[in-house]
Amino acid sequence: MYDFELLRPNTIEAATKALLDEDAQALGGGQTLIPTMKQRLAQADTLVSLTSIPALQGVCIGDDGAVCIGAATTHAQVAKMAGVYPALAALAGQIGDPAVRNRGTIGGSLANNDPSACYPAAALASDAAILTPERRIDAADFFQGMFATDLEEGEIIIEVQFPVPLRAGYVKFAQPASRFALVGVFVAQFLDGVRVAVTGASEDGVFRWSAAEAALSSEFSAKALYDLTLSSEDFISDLHGSADYRAHLVKVMTGRAVTHAVS
Amino acid sequence: MAEVAMTVNGAPVSAEVEGRTLLVEFLREGLGLTGTHVGCDTSQCGACVVQVNGMAVKSCTMFACEAEGAAVTTIEGMAGPDGTLGPIQAAFQEHHGLQCGFCTPGMVMSAASLLADVPKPSEAQVRTYLEGNLCRCTGYQNIVRAVMAASGQAVEERSQ
Repeated sequence: MYDFELLRPNTIEAATKALLDEDAQALGGGQTLIPTMKQRLAQADTLVSLTSIPALQGVCIGDDGAVCIGAATTHAQVAKMAGVYPALAALAGQIGDPAVRNRGTIGGSLANNDPSACYPAAALASDAAILTPERRIDAADFFQGMFATDLEEGEIIIEVQFPVPLRAGYVKFAQPASRFALVGVFVAQFLDGVRVAVTGASEDGVFRWSAAEAALSSEFSAKALYDLTLSSEDFISDLHGSADYRAHLVKVMTGRAVTHAVS
Repeated sequence: MAEVAMTVNGAPVSAEVEGRTLLVEFLREGLGLTGTHVGCDTSQCGACVVQVNGMAVKSCTMFACEAEGAAVTTIEGMAGPDGTLGPIQAAFQEHHGLQCGFCTPGMVMSAASLLADVPKPSEAQVRTYLEGNLCRCTGYQNIVRAVMAASGQAVEERSQ
């Protein structure tokens, strides 16, 4: 890995200022960025660590009942929130392995927007809001394709706000070597309808499966999905699974996620 | 270069390190604590697991500077000052939880984190928790048995 200067600011303001330098890059828990830098697929003159900023840590409940999670909160910490948002806690507890979960952060995962990451599915299905120092971005606008987001250069996530659904479930078919989702589906039932978000399947990253949402909004049961088919156009096809296989998995995982949600 | 200070196995240490210096490099090359191993160097295998403030982390995927002020425990910190094996290490020896031994430091450190959280885990919990620790000798059966024994739970004797 090429050398760089590592900064560890204590405030959001100091981090934002350091990131004005175009050769600076934000560092979350480093569970993706550090391996990427080792392979020299990424490099920076300055890394700005966001894990020493108290204002980015922790979980609270907003006035509207939404769960507000600081961007530098680790997966392990979110996994302990079972009493607040069980499906989200269960999702966090399935990311990577325990040591990875002790370092990886929710803000880092969302900002990276890996097409096989788990958190984007939760954010999109929950209609979460992603907060930066300047603005509030709806999940629907935030994810813009594989490894692409609405974040500007140097803009950091400070908090993620999740409305808590009536019922929800997340099931992933893990790729056993990487432990990323070969396909993962988050189903969330709100008063005004059901949202279904799929990760791991599409070349365009996380997406909503609207046909399943309509079917499940009429009848919230795995049976409601029986007659649906999903096109595998623009789906990921690699040595772990073909596009058609992934399309099949989406339907199966959606059914299992519904079953989890109602159990 | 930056000055970093932390506590390793109870002793305060400090040194000048580069930003890119990984925690595992600092431990092995800076402090000579070569019990922590580098297997894959891609955060898959878990041979480099140490505890930072009591939490298992992959020390190949964390910069030394990020451990500023932290309490780090390595496999060297699991034995007594006279070399007496700690209870998890002793259980690995007793139950043949290793063959070549390369993965063992990471296995022991991960197991220590599990047992700190869940003193009496089920066998399934042990297997799930050790998901990020790979053993190329395929010795998982005895590793799980050793962790169960270290938790004070009865384990079946090995069949001959």
